[in-house]
This record gives sequence, structure tokens and C-alpha cells, in this order.
Amino acid sequence: MLTFMASDSEEEVCDERTSLMSAESPPPRCCQEARQGLEDGDNAAQWRSQDSEDDLDEDADRYMCSGVPGQPSGLEEELTLKYGAKHVIMLFVPVTLCMIVVVATIKSVRFYTEKNGQLIYTPFTEDTPSVGQRLLNSVLNTLIMISVIVAMTIFLVVLYKHRCYKFIHGWLIMSSLMLLFLFTYIYLGEVLKTYNVAMDYPTLFLTVWNFGAVGMVCIHWKGPLVLQQAYLIMISALMALVFIKYLPEWSAWVILGAISVYDLVAVLCPKGPLRMLVETAQERNEPIFPALIYSSAMVWTVGMAKLDPSSQGALQLPYDPEMEEDSYDSFGEPSYPEVFEPPLPGYPGEELEEEEERGVKLGLGDFIFYSVLVGKAAATGSGDWNTTLACFVAILIGLCLTLLLLAVFRKALPALPISITFGLIFYFSTDNLVRPFMDTLASHQLYI
Amino acid sequence: MTAAVFFGCAFIAFGPALALYIFTIATEPLRVIFLIIGAFFWLVSLLFSSLFWFMARTITDNKDGPIQKYLLILGALVSVLIQEMFRFVYYKLLKKASEGLKSINPDETAPSMRLLAYVSGLGFGIMSGVFAFVNTLSDSLGPGTVGIHGDSPQFFLNSAFMTLVIILLHVFWGIIFFDGCEKKKWSALLVVLLSHLLVSALTFISPHYGINLVSTYIIMVLMGIWAFFVAGGSCRSLKLCLLCQDKDFLLFNQRSR
Repeated sequence: MLTFMASDSEEEVCDERTSLMSAESPPPRCCQEARQGLEDGDNAAQWRSQDSEDDLDEDADRYMCSGVPGQPSGLEEELTLKYGAKHVIMLFVPVTLCMIVVVATIKSVRFYTEKNGQLIYTPFTEDTPSVGQRLLNSVLNTLIMISVIVAMTIFLVVLYKHRCYKFIHGWLIMSSLMLLFLFTYIYLGEVLKTYNVAMDYPTLFLTVWNFGAVGMVCIHWKGPLVLQQAYLIMISALMALVFIKYLPEWSAWVILGAISVYDLVAVLCPKGPLRMLVETAQERNEPIFPALIYSSAMVWTVGMAKLDPSSQGALQLPYDPEMEEDSYDSFGEPSYPEVFEPPLPGYPGEELEEEEERGVKLGLGDFIFYSVLVGKAAATGSGDWNTTLACFVAILIGLCLTLLLLAVFRKALPALPISITFGLIFYFSTDNLVRPFMDTLASHQLYI
Repeated sequence: MTAAVFFGCAFIAFGPALALYIFTIATEPLRVIFLIIGAFFWLVSLLFSSLFWFMARTITDNKDGPIQKYLLILGALVSVLIQEMFRFVYYKLLKKASEGLKSINPDETAPSMRLLAYVSGLGFGIMSGVFAFVNTLSDSLGPGTVGIHGDSPQFFLNSAFMTLVIILLHVFWGIIFFDGCEKKKWSALLVVLLSHLLVSALTFISPHYGINLVSTYIIMVLMGIWAFFVAGGSCRSLKLCLLCQDKDFLLFNQRSR
């Protein structure tokens, strides 16, 4: 999910607002209070939902308080567009980094392209003699996987509605523990094996322990923003690698397609689980989650420190990564207060705050699935780089379009459908049409 | 082949483009976005060209022989046409977007058409260069002997230089093309199209690297000079720039620091 956030200077609340929402200097009171944090799960771009009256208010506010009160809305949109481009880049960079990590690992470490069994979520094998049987098996695998995801999402919504916060919290901590320690240990082991580097157990223990412990602290509690972002990118890459290894080929493509459809439904339909989750969180004025949403916000600061009562009181529901990478369950929380150290006392440039506060949030499930698509493109077939690059550009363009739509519609939008659709179209067409053409041209050294 | 060949050829082919990117584009988010959209448009044009070639091959039933070579040449030439067509489409899109940006931001300076011409040319060039060369580059990292069957041992070097010249040519073509569209000088568009066809056709005489590469470089220098004058440069400004006496440029740099 794609969310924008902005904070108020007065309230210091971090709230999500789309970047299109003005740059308001007097942060609209709209932002405050509860806004904080409904973030949603991974795959939907969420925009802070507000009650209808608030909406109207906010709208009025937004249109009135752009950088300078009383400016016509044109100015506001203009400021918005300027922020829009910056935010697009603030998302391009982490998505690109995650994909680079995944593709670099796939191309060098052979472990992640070897077939060593399948997950229990995809029980049907694809080693069947006939094409029809294989297709049927992959569709069945997809159905099972998607139903597991839907069931988990609904379970999470039910837990959340019944306020079983400790349970969810514990579940999420367990998942991050597993990702940060076990998967990192396996990854490190495979990388060392590939490059034939020896490492003794005490060093290994120290390394993994430090990495994991700092990761847990950064993600679930406080830490420098850049470090938190780096850890989130790492765990998304690790999860994507697990998917690339254990999902059989055709199932992976069908699952990618099905998940984009599910994302669309879950975020936009009135009874979609994610939407319900966000609305519940809004009603309760609670932030939904820490961790599991990548926040690109710039530091900010002062106000945030004061923000607290709500954020501190707020529950952090960590998201269970294993449950979803796919996400639906992930909710993100505007964790700025928790995450940033409040650097300055007082109110130094309040004007600065606005600029810094705006940011975009993207759910980790989106990172994971983008990386799965690009990683699968790199892993399968003839080791063709053109296909990988084509998928990469397609995904970035999809992200750009999604952000544009977010700016236009100003409501929560799923970040997966457009990018995955473009990615899939370009993967299949590049692999089957462009690759033979470019290979033939290259072998004759013809240039077009 | 070794890492030396890999790094050498990679930097020959992509060094200037990387430098252009780092110094002129990476600092401004809007330019990065337009670059990536330009790369996407090139990719779509390549997709259509491959579709055409694929259909042509299916129609002739994949028979082997000289017909495949002719089909390939035809495919390459049609691809050039489609690329220029997509450049025109991108121009139209940028024009609309520019107008939209202007109406929204009357005070902000939206990127000028010349800048967008440069960015789009670079986008096309980078994507084109990468697609042409990256597979060859990744092969150069592995073991092997070049030219063992009698082909030229300068295969990688030649490909790297060719990629470089194609990238730079795309930049210049972009500038000239957009300027032609702005001023409705259709002759400029025709010249861009013909020179692109010429460059592509020159590569058909592939084993004779000397002629093919040198003439392409000559075309690039000519296009570069034309693009320089089209973009507003002049001999005087060039002299001032080279002698570090260009006050506007120096002041601008200081201010932005």
C-alpha cells in the first residue's frame, strides 16, 4: 500500500496525507489527532481515512492553507507537484536497492535458484509431463496460497477488532526474529559458501547477533531513519529470496497476477479486509503498526517529540512478516515519533517542518513482490539481462503511475496492480519477442 | 577475457552516460522521472519492432538461409522507424505535460523543452545502449577466447565504442528532433531519421570495423555540433566556457552552492 504522510507542526502528529495535499504551513488541524497512523497493510496505498466531516474540513483547510494562507489552490497544487516528484524518487531509490540486492544474490549465489522442495502453501508439484496438468497445478497452488493469505488477513482483522494486541504483537515479534536471525544466518552461510570464504562460529555468532539485535531495535523501537530503512530493505530482500527459491515457476507468475487482483479488491472494496482494518484503527484513533511499512519521511523532529501521547499510547502492532509478505496484513504505522530522535528543542523553523514532514510510505509486501518479479525474471531462462532490466523499468513506471493516480484521486491505492501488470507484460514479451531479436542482432553486431 | 576487459568495456560504453547522469540529472527528481519514462518509451518501441520481426519470421516460416539475414536487416530498419516514431510520441506527451505543469505552476519554472529534449535523448540512449551491450558485457566476464573461429579479436572493444557512440547520438538526435518539432522544421526530423538509418545501415558491414566505427563517429561529431547550435550555443559562448570566463555560468554555480 502506498501512503503519504505528513505531520503537523502543531500537533506534531504524523499523519498520512497525500503529498498532494498541500504543503500547508499551518498544518491543518485535520492532520492531527487520530490521523496518525492509519497505515495500512502492505499492499494498499492508503490515505488517511477520515470521517466525512473531517474530510470536508480538511479539504477546506487544504485548499486554503497551502504554503501561504489564502493562496489559490493552484499554488497548492503546484507545491504538491513539486513534492510529488521528490516523493517518487524517495520511493524509487529503496525499490531499486531492494531489487539490486535480490538480483545480485540470484545471479551469484546458486542456492536461491536450486529447486529444493516447495513451501507447504504450494503443495502441488510442477514436474508433470503435460502442460495442461502443470497449468492446473499452478492454478491450484495459487488458490491455496491466496486463500491462506485471505484467511490470515481476516484473522488479523478479527484479532484487531477484539483488541488482542498482545497476541498480534508477539506474533509479529516472532516473525521479525525469524527473518532477522534465521534467514540472515542462512543467507550469510550461502554467500560465504559461494565465495569460498571461511568464517568461524564465534565470528558468525557475533555478526548475526549484532545484525539481528540492532535490526529488532530499529524496526520495533527507535533508531535512525536510514538504518531502519536499510533493515526494512534487507528483510524484504530476504523474504523475496525465500519466495523465489521455494515457489515453483508457473505458480510464481500466477500468484503474482492473483495477488495484484486481490490487492485491488482488498483495498478498494468497501468490505475489503485492509480497508476495514484501517477504518477500525481510525475509529480508535490508534496507529496501526510499526515496522513493515517503509517510511521515506525525512527526519523531522521537534514536533514529533511532543507528539507522543497518542503515539506512545498507541499500539504498535507489528506485522507478521511471514504471514504476509504478501501483505495484506501489514499495516504500517507512522512511526516517526518512535523512530526519530527528537533533535532540537523548541520550534526552530516551523516552515521547515512541513517540507520535511511529507513523505510517502510503501508497504513491505510491495517491495517483496516487486523483487520477486524481478528476481524471477533474473533467475529463469537464459540468464538474460535484458528481461531483468525491462521488468525493472516497467515496475518503476508502474510505481510512478500509481503515485500519479494517488495524487489525483487522493485516496488509498494499491501499489501492486499497475506495476505487477506492467512487469508481467514486459517479462513475457521481452522474454519471448525481444530476446531473440536482440540476440540475433548482437550476434551479427547490428545496431538499431 | 577477464575482469579488465569487463570493466574497460563497461566504462568505455557507459562512462560518459553515467557522468552525464550524475552531473546533470541525478540532482533533480523531475528529470530522473522523465529519463525513466524516456527509457520506457524506447523499450516499448523495441517491443513493437521485435513483434514486427517475429511476425515477419513466422510468415516466412523460419526458413534458413539468406532470407533470415534480409529479414533481420528489414527488422533493424523498421525498428529505427518505430524508435523515431516513439520519440515523436514522447515529444507530444512532454508537450502536454509541460503545458499542464505550466498551468499548475505559473511561478515555478517547469523544465524547458530543451532540457526535456536532452533528458529524453539521454533516456533513449541509455536504454538503447544497455539493451545492446549488457549481455555481451556479462559474457565478457566469463572464460573464453575471442575470435577463435576467425572473427575479429576486437569484438568487445568494437561493441563498446559502438554503444558509446549510439548513446551520444541519441542525446544529440533528441535535442535536434525536439527542436525541429518545436519550430515545425520537419526537415530536421527527416535528417535525424535518415542519419539514424544511415548509422544502423553502416553496422551491416560489420566485419569492417574501421569504416563503420569511424564514419559513425564522424556523424556523431556533426550531429553534436548541430545540436550545440540548436540548443543555443555559439562559438563565443564556447570560447568563454573553455577559458572559464563565462560569468553567467560561474555565478550560477556559486549561487547554487
